[in-house]
Amino acid sequence: MDNLLRLAWRNLWRNKRRTWLTVSAIAFITVLMVFLITLQLGSYDLMIDSSLRIFTGQMQVQREGYLEKPQIRTVIPEAQAVAQRLRAEPALDQVGVAVRAQAFALASSANRSFGVQVVGSEPEFEPKVSTIPHQIKTGRWLKDLHAQEAVLGSTLAQNLRINVGDELTLLGAAMDGSVAATVLPVVGIFESGMIDLDRVTVTLPLATFQEIFGLGSNAHAIVFLAPDLKQLPALYTEVERQIPPTPSLVVLNWERLIPGLKQLTQADWTTGWFMYIALIAVVTFSILNTFIMSVLERTREFGIMLALGATPLRIGSLVFTETVFLALLGLGIGVGLGLVIAGFLSVYGFTYPGLKELMGQYGLPGLIYPQLSAVSILLGPAVILAFILVAALYPALRIRKLEAVEAIHAV
Amino acid sequence: MEPNTVVCHQVTKVYRQNSVSVHALTDINLEIPKRDFACLSGPSGSGKSTLLNLIGGLDKPTSGEISVDGQRVDQMAKSELAALRLHKIGFVFQAYNLIPVLTARENVEFVMQLQGLSAGDRRDKAMQILKEVDLTGLENRRPAELSGGQQQRVAVARAIVSEPSLVLADEPTANLDSKTAQALMELLVHMNTDHNVTFIFSTHDKLVMDFSRRLIKLHDGKIVEDKRRE
Repeated sequence: MDNLLRLAWRNLWRNKRRTWLTVSAIAFITVLMVFLITLQLGSYDLMIDSSLRIFTGQMQVQREGYLEKPQIRTVIPEAQAVAQRLRAEPALDQVGVAVRAQAFALASSANRSFGVQVVGSEPEFEPKVSTIPHQIKTGRWLKDLHAQEAVLGSTLAQNLRINVGDELTLLGAAMDGSVAATVLPVVGIFESGMIDLDRVTVTLPLATFQEIFGLGSNAHAIVFLAPDLKQLPALYTEVERQIPPTPSLVVLNWERLIPGLKQLTQADWTTGWFMYIALIAVVTFSILNTFIMSVLERTREFGIMLALGATPLRIGSLVFTETVFLALLGLGIGVGLGLVIAGFLSVYGFTYPGLKELMGQYGLPGLIYPQLSAVSILLGPAVILAFILVAALYPALRIRKLEAVEAIHAV
Repeated sequence: MEPNTVVCHQVTKVYRQNSVSVHALTDINLEIPKRDFACLSGPSGSGKSTLLNLIGGLDKPTSGEISVDGQRVDQMAKSELAALRLHKIGFVFQAYNLIPVLTARENVEFVMQLQGLSAGDRRDKAMQILKEVDLTGLENRRPAELSGGQQQRVAVARAIVSEPSLVLADEPTANLDSKTAQALMELLVHMNTDHNVTFIFSTHDKLVMDFSRRLIKLHDGKIVEDKRRE
């Protein structure tokens, strides 16, 4: 081992208790960072997955332009036939595939009217791409494709003062521009967990919708939901390969369908880092204090080194190397422990009081699984290391100002 | 006549603290020829250590010229002074001042490492010099495991291992008992004659003065006596 490294390593252990305390502080903040970051990223996975499972699905096939301008005429021709072919693909065996048609209409009860989004769903396949059919609080889910009935969100039902068994009047524009109007009995009220959805959504069987809005065999979206969000890239490629070349259909993943969801996680990630940086800064200042003490108490020794011909740069390098050793030791222990904790929780899941109950109401899992990846594990420790190294520059640079004569006579 | 290792010409050092000026040295003129074994003596505050520090390039004179081996120390930058000390000047301090976490051999190797010698060369030279200062068998002991005399021998070995032309020793026997001090001085005389190293001491110790071939007495920052002994 080079003498500088050997000297730096041995200097660390001059004051074992202080070194271990400093290493412990670094290890503690590292464990905390590994735990918090993996958990935070895991919670995003849970949040995204849960949100997508409620209604949007992880991916949709639409007619090009429909996302930007959702007009009733912008349809997928023979959508059910396309969906049926996709369901028959072995590669999509585990994937939920359902066709939807959508339109805006005025929904009225005896006394009140509200603008709503009417969704035509396949009663058989919708439960595989959405949690709504499982979240019927009163009544039941749609019976079959041609049933003349409606299911609506709980907030909308409340606003319309309507209940199961009552009639709902829908008034809108059909595909050909004619008036689309119908009166349907309400057979179920759902509570999805997303208040916006519960306030504006009326669901009808797809064939009923197509009949009311003059859609024929067309629809607006084919929705996909894989068991795991990680399968999405492969699913995307497969569906893109399978969809008919004409008319121009597009495959849209969730990031395009709900850009706000991605932005929400990014905003939370940024806010989280303000807290992390503050935490790391506090720990770094306490570690810096130790570094400075360690340098000050060796002023005389550094003076002797200067007298022997060592340059301030060399002595500064020695002090910096000591810090690197200290940091690596603390980070190594911290990453190891953090990995064990995050690894355990990534298998068994993490929850806190109330989460399971809250999520369970909407048929969603109440366990957060920390996300284990190189980034989630090493990002926090890398930032800690950067802070410590920057802090270590201060005592190392102080040595540049050291005068040999004064240093030798320092107490 | 040997060439001069050290030349001081009209050297003055004034320390300023707030508005008070203290003349540590005033108009010092001194020539130390090669292989000299000279001793700076005088009461505390007479300027012995200040003069050693100036010659060693650890401090700068307020005015005057100082040369070591023909190089103007007073005009050198910090980095040049560090190089001069590394290659031409060895130091022996009163309190040994070894690096506590290094063994005797590693302490001796420290200067050679700064000089960039290979590990093998460093080890061979360190072992050789430790043998000369009679520390064979103690090479792997750390300073805390050595007596005061042994530590000072390591310090001497460290000072001369890189074959400097000048060794400056500031009160080298101050912390040693008389027997150990005697042995140390005999060792330094041996180094002086066998290695052709010039020695300058600062001391209060009569023993050191007795061993010296030249006695320079300082008082209030001035040389009051410069006597060569045969």
